[in-house]
Parts: sequence; C-alpha cells; structure tokens
Amino acid sequence: MFSEITRGLLTTLKSMTEKPVTIQYPEEKRPVRTRFKGRHILKRYDNGLEKCIGCSLCAAACPADAIFVESAENTDEKRYSPGERYASTYEINMLRCIFCGYCEDACPTEAIILGDIYELSFTDRRQSIYTKEMLIEPVGEGGKLTPQKTPPGVFTRSVPEMKNPQD
Amino acid sequence: MTKQVTLSIDGKVVSVPEGTLIVNAAKKAGIDIPVFCYHPKMEPVGMCRMCLVEIGRPLIDRATGELVREADGSPKIQFSPKLETACTTPVSEGMVVLGASEKAKAGREDILEFLLTSHPLDCPVCDKGGECPLQNLTMGFGPGQSRYLYDEKMHLAKQVPLGELIFLDRERCIQCGRCVRFQSEIVGDNVIGFYQRGRALEIISYSEPGFDSFFSGNTTDICPVGALTTTDFRFGARPWELNAAASICSHCPVGCNITINVRREAVSDGKWVVKRIMPRQNEAVNEIWICDKGRFAHHYTASPERLSTPLVRKDGKLIEAGWDEALDLAAGRFRDAGNDLLTLASGRLSNEDLFNLYHLTSSIGGKAILYSHMGGGDLTAQVGVGMGTNFADMGRETAIIIIASDLEEEAPIWYLRVKLAAQRGAQLIVINPRQTKLDRYAHRVLRYAYGKESAIILAMINAISAKKLAQTENMGKYVRNADIKQTARMIAEAENTVVLFGSEGLGLEGSQSLAQACANLLLVTGHIERANNGLIGVWPRANDQGAWDVGFRPAADLKKAMQSAKALYIAAADPAGDFPDLAETADFMVVQDLFLTATARLADVVFPAQSFTERQGSFTSGERRVQRFYPAVPSLDDCLPDFTISARVAKRMGIDQEEIHAGKVMDRIAASYPHYREISYTKLSQVNEQWPIVGRNDLYYGGTTYENSQGLGMQLLPGLQPALSELPPYDVGMPEGKLWAVPINRLYDRGQTMLPSKLLHQRIPHPYIVINSDEAEKLGIIEGDTVEMILEGVSSLVTANLDNGVPQGILLVPRSMGIPIAAPTSVTVKNVDKLLA
Repeated sequence: MFSEITRGLLTTLKSMTEKPVTIQYPEEKRPVRTRFKGRHILKRYDNGLEKCIGCSLCAAACPADAIFVESAENTDEKRYSPGERYASTYEINMLRCIFCGYCEDACPTEAIILGDIYELSFTDRRQSIYTKEMLIEPVGEGGKLTPQKTPPGVFTRSVPEMKNPQD
Repeated sequence: MTKQVTLSIDGKVVSVPEGTLIVNAAKKAGIDIPVFCYHPKMEPVGMCRMCLVEIGRPLIDRATGELVREADGSPKIQFSPKLETACTTPVSEGMVVLGASEKAKAGREDILEFLLTSHPLDCPVCDKGGECPLQNLTMGFGPGQSRYLYDEKMHLAKQVPLGELIFLDRERCIQCGRCVRFQSEIVGDNVIGFYQRGRALEIISYSEPGFDSFFSGNTTDICPVGALTTTDFRFGARPWELNAAASICSHCPVGCNITINVRREAVSDGKWVVKRIMPRQNEAVNEIWICDKGRFAHHYTASPERLSTPLVRKDGKLIEAGWDEALDLAAGRFRDAGNDLLTLASGRLSNEDLFNLYHLTSSIGGKAILYSHMGGGDLTAQVGVGMGTNFADMGRETAIIIIASDLEEEAPIWYLRVKLAAQRGAQLIVINPRQTKLDRYAHRVLRYAYGKESAIILAMINAISAKKLAQTENMGKYVRNADIKQTARMIAEAENTVVLFGSEGLGLEGSQSLAQACANLLLVTGHIERANNGLIGVWPRANDQGAWDVGFRPAADLKKAMQSAKALYIAAADPAGDFPDLAETADFMVVQDLFLTATARLADVVFPAQSFTERQGSFTSGERRVQRFYPAVPSLDDCLPDFTISARVAKRMGIDQEEIHAGKVMDRIAASYPHYREISYTKLSQVNEQWPIVGRNDLYYGGTTYENSQGLGMQLLPGLQPALSELPPYDVGMPEGKLWAVPINRLYDRGQTMLPSKLLHQRIPHPYIVINSDEAEKLGIIEGDTVEMILEGVSSLVTANLDNGVPQGILLVPRSMGIPIAAPTSVTVKNVDKLLA
C-alpha cells in the first residue's frame, strides 16, 4: 500500500518539472499546420483589385451549397476586379461549410483560399453568413480600396495567366 | 410519300427520307455528330468543319452498273480518302458513316484545336458558360492540349454593343455565321454581317440603331459560343443556378411558348426574381423563336410600382385595407347594383379569370364588356382556323391573306412564319393601305384607301361569286379591277386559305365589318373547317380570343355604357388612362390590376392582382390554341390571381365559383362552352416528339431554346358554321378636305406592360404621327417638328414624321402611345415649333 502512494507522488513530482502542454488561449495561439483549412479569405492583387470575378464556380463546386454569389459589371470608373465581371454579393454560410476546399480548387483566379482562421463562433444563424466585406482581405501596401478608377484598356482580362501549382 | 433511304451510322442501321442530311439522320437515330455552324432551321453551309465524318459508299462496277460484292456477298464499301462534312451531305442508299472512328475523332480534335487558337477561354465570366456548345464539345471531343502559343492569340474588342440589347464579344466568335444567316434567311433583316476576312473577320451591325430587328435575341440562343449575349441577362446568373418554369408570352395573340428562368437574389432581399425569358419549343406556334418584346419586356411583372395590398377609398383617399374588408364592400355594392353592374376586362387576363368575371356578371344580369377596339372574335370562333393549322406546313397550295395589319409590328412571330411560308411558295397576298415589311415577300400587294377595308374584300367576293353581295362603291378608284379579280381567283383556286385580319385604321365597327367580309370570303370559297384554312384575328392583346369565347363583347359606345352603370368592375384595363373622356366614374368602381393606373386612382376599391409569372392559367391564342402557363415566382405580397379575386367576390354574393385551382375553372369552362369541351389541364400539358430536337444535352444542335415538356396546348374544335352575312360594307366615310387620324399598331408602345422594361426605352418612340409630305408642306410642318394635335377635344404634343407612303389627308397615329385614339377620327394639327419661333 505504501509503495502505491509513493509511486503516485513520484509521478506528481516528475510532472512538476515538465513543460506544460496547455497554452493560454486566446492570449496565446498555436500555429496551424501547412495544409490546415480554416475560414475562407478572398484575396486581392497587389494593386488592391479583387481577385474574385464573380464567376460562381466555387458555388457550383461546393458540395454543401454554402456559397452564394451574385455578379455585376465592372467599368473603368468603378472597377472592383480586372475584366468585365465582379462579385457584387459574396456570401458563405459557415454552418453549411464542410471545409473541403473544393471552392479553392474551382477558383479560376485563386481568389478564394481556406486560410488559417479557425475562430468561428456565432450565436444565431444569421451570423453564420459571412459576407464579402467580412471575407475579403485588407488592402496591402501600395494598393487602393475598391472600387477604383482605372485607365481604360488596361484591366481587360478577367482570368490571369497562371501556372500549375508547384507544391 | 418520299422514298426512304437506308444507311448505317456508327454501325446503327437507320432509315430516313431521301434528301435528309447525314447530321439529321444521325440525330434521329440518337447519335451525336457535333456541329457549330449547322442549324436545323437553316440551310447548311459547311463552314466550321466540326461535323467531319468518314463516309463510305457502295462500290458500283462502272461497266455493268452492278454493286461490287465482297466474298461473303455483302456490298463492297469504298471510303472517301478524306473526311466529309455530315451537315452538307445528303444520305444515299447503302451509305456507311463512321462518326466515331479514329480518323473522324482526330479530325474533330484538330478542328477544335483550331477554333480555340484565338478563343479567350474566359468561360468563368462568360454568360454562355454552362450552356455553351463550344465548352461542351471541347470537353467531349477536344484534344485537351493545344500546340499553339498562348501569346499568339488574336486580341479583339470584348464588349461591343450591337445596339443596346445585344453585346458582342469578338474574341469569342468562331465565325460560324449562324447569327448572320438567321437574320438574312429567317428574319429577312440584314442588319448584321461579316466584315474583313480570315482571322480578322468580325461581326458588325449595319443598322441605326444597332441590330435593328425584333428578333435579335434569338441570335444569342443559336450562337454556339458566348459571342452574342443579351444586355438584359448580362452577368445575371450562371445558367445552372436558374430554375425554369414553363409559361406563355402575354404580349400578343401568337402565344409563344416561353420558359421563365428564375433565381433567388440577395440584391432583391432574397426574393425569387425573373432573370430571363427563353423560348420554349412549340413547332406549331413559335417553333424555337421569340421576339424581343417577349424576351425583354418582362420587367413589369417585378416593377416596384406593382400594387401589393387591397385599397379602399375612405374620406376621399385610397387607403390600404384588408382583403375581407375590400371584398365585402365590393360584393355588397355589386349585389345592390344587380343588372346595372358593368364588368370591363381586357384580353390581358387568362381564360379562367375571364370566365369567373363573366360568370359573376351574368349571374346577376350585369353586362360583361371586353376592353378592346377590335371586333370579329365571334366570327373567328366560327370560321377560325381548323385543327392542325400550322404555318410551317403551308406551302404552294396555300394562300395567306393579310389585311389591315402590319404583321411585323403586331405579331412578330406570325410575321416570321408567314414570311417563311411565302418563301416556300405559299401565295402571300398583302392588302394594306400603306407599305409594310411583309410586302417584300408578297406575291400580290393590293392597296386601298383607309376606310375601304371591307369594301375591297366584298369586291373580291363579287368577282368570283355568283351570288352578288351588296356593294356600294366601285373599288376601281383604288385598285385595278383586274387585280381584284385575279387575287380573288387566286384565293378561290388555292387549296387552302388563311386570312389574318388586323385593326390598322379600324375601330370596333370597322374591324367587325372587316371580319364579317373576310368570313364571307372564306365561306364563299369554302376555305373553312380544315387545317390551314380559316380566319385569324391579329388581336391587340394575348387573350382577346379567349375573352370573346367566354362571352365578353366590346361595347360600341363604351362611354355611354360606363355612364349608365351603377357599379363598375374593371379588370386589367385602364380606360381613364387611355381615353381621358372615360375618366368619369360610376357611383361605385372596383379596379383589379397590377398597377395603380389612372382608372385605379379613381376607384373606390382596388384589388392587387398577380402577374402571369406568379400563377397558373391559360391563354387562347389567335390561332385558337389553348395553352397553359405555370407559376414561376411566388406571389407578390398580398396579391391574388384574378380568378380568385372574382371567386371571392362571387362567394360573398352567394355565387359559387372555383377560387383555388385554375384547372378546375377550366373544367367548368369545358362544361359550359362547346368549343372547349375537349380542353382540360391534363390534356393541355401533353407533349409529342417534336423535330428538330432541341434543349436536351445537345445544345450545339438547336441552341439554348428549351425543350417543351410541359405542354403543347390544344387547338379548339371548329365552331358552328355561320351563315353568309349580307352585311353592307362598313364605310367610315372620310370626306376629303379634312384631316383624318387613323390608328396604327406598334410593337414597342408606351403601354403599362412595356414601360417598366427600361432596356427597351431607346426603341420606344416618343408620341408621334406620320403625315404625307405634301400635306405637311401645306400645314407648314417639317420632319421632326413638334405639333399639337387636337383629337376629339384632347390635345397632345407629338412629333411629326413625314412619309410619302401615307395618303393625302391621313395622319397615322400609333395606338398605346399616350394619344387617345381608338377608331379613325377627324383631327386638327398645329405646328407648335413654328408658334414658339
């Protein structure tokens, strides 16, 4: 009986010297793995134009029918994305999303990616709908907010020339 | 019967009539031979080379003329050294076609690789993406890789508006010429064409305004790529996101079958909205085409100005009220009015609505009046076209007479089909006081003076009939008597005769008389009760024929009728808006409409009705074909279908009517009217196999027209044969020395169902008149002047257009253009520009 108690205390003593595995979330956050699939992010080009052209292929590919897109026409006066078409509405229902990443695969402009954000909580169903404003990334350095006024004849191509992924 | 030819395609033995093209023979056998430039409605040209196949023919010994046989006795087949186009080669006996051989496949791969050398591959942003033949065939038959360099692609203009309705993307064009051929072969408006050659070839529009044709939208259906797209649907949605509902166009009496594509939209607060109107195949009605009014003028159904709740007048103001309150009030006052109730309805309503309204009115002895300026619906029900009538079947043996109608403006698809029939050899006789587009295809054109419509038909009857009918005037003043005689003989000798009469220059009395004269002509020549024989009314609204059939009749003096009524029940009509002198109200007026019209503003009770996109119903077309339409979008707010509103009023008056299911109303119609005895909703939704096959997985073949799986409709049984009428010809008697305004009809008018479609505004003219140049000179008017026209005491400012084709002393005044004109009437005009100067 005495030996059992000693063994227990020894275990306690041993673990006192070990590094703790818990972290102080949310003050402290653990990095995610390379291929982690978190909340979607809508990307921009360096100049601030949106990569999304409102083609709805992500919505077509989505097995959970979580994505809803509506598109409208760009003009050089009010340009959101290169080419003729941009997404005037872009919504993802995060309650439906199963984070499969098909939308990423379907996207012809690499506009949507499943990022590192995993903090998704909502208290009612309406909040589960993420709109374009919530999903789109902030404008980087040197870029301008959309809609932009652009010179005519420059941004005529919706789909950029792309190479096969190397990864 | 044509000779049958037996051949084998990909190992399948098929038997088709002689002269059939291989591509069609394959389609009938269910084998896909991909095409881009070939279209089953047009002549083959063999431009795209996509249909290349290997063709082998039985070898014939030249010396003996006998078939050379293999050792086993089967005929020896000799294959051509090169691939041949299946779309230009007719079948021949014993032919062996290999469409799936390695050689044929390699040929297709090469052709696709060529076609894609300059294609921008911007399918993600292309409106055709998802229903694109080039996309589908590339996936099905393409090489997967291109040997051409991306940098060498041609870069051409991408957003070229061909007019304000159609967008052209020159990069996407594969130069198949379907659009150009459609416009020249089928429509006859050569307003687009090829420019430049080879790789630099472009489609351009020659006309001003661009792509000036009523049929331009159809080119977007048959374009095998996304080169031609409509402005209306531009980036509206992807095709696979749309739901489809079968419907019938509500704009004219042709009754084109359409498909309404709908989608829920965030920009419309999550409501279902109509995104586009597409044609639906019905080879007996509209084939696979629709006109631009049908395609683009649908926005009125979703107009923000639609009525959404019942209104009741309280303290002189119309205030929103509940249905019960409004219905109780209306029913009570109708009951009190008894036989002094007047119901005024227009042919914009469905058969079910009109039946319930008529039943309600007649149950208490009231009067049911059709709001129309055109008479003769009783006669079209009696000598209307026989069952099985189809313009597509008319050829050399048929005479088609068009009188008092500019068919292109009034019923564009009939214009198209009559034109094609004339080109097949049908004897087209156009009898009109002025030049119309159909004159180009007519075998005989007769002119008369406005007001002599029935007189000229009577003159024809007298020229061939032993029994002379009363004739007051010699027509020799207007037409050579020999021409009348020859034309009459043409009609009498033709195996079949169809007469289409309109209301150009005619009011109610005139058109009724013309209808009677035309009916007489058909009776005298025996052209009734058979297919492709009979009388067709070119009505101003979609369901005027149905309104006549259930018992509505236009009133000779509408003003008097409205004044003498104690209660008015007005449905889908705006008399006060059209004719200011009809704005006086009865003691009690109920208006049931989509909009708060000028009449509705004067009403005591206003009921909000559902538009045709929100409900079920049926229309009876001018050819007396009853066709069903289905709900496409949910009802707007509190609106109800017209027949339900009527039934709920009736219920409160103790009259039993069906209020829930339109099909049950149709059952009652079938039980009440002998012509409709065979009609039921089940039968209306039956379909047969139609040729060409469209709308399945083979969009490359017929285009994006929808397949008809929801019903072809039914033609009504012929009516009782009427007696030859001795009615003296109506003569409006327009004495010279005065100016006479005569009404004409325009497709793009300023009507309530047209104006909310803003896209078409550029094509809708401002209120105008057409006047003879000499006459104008006398009045000091030059082209484009603004003139004040005083017509029956109402003054309107209109633009004057000069045209020498208009007779002296006549002003052409378009209807539904804000000018109150129903029948010919005398006018005075004053040049306002001059006064101001």
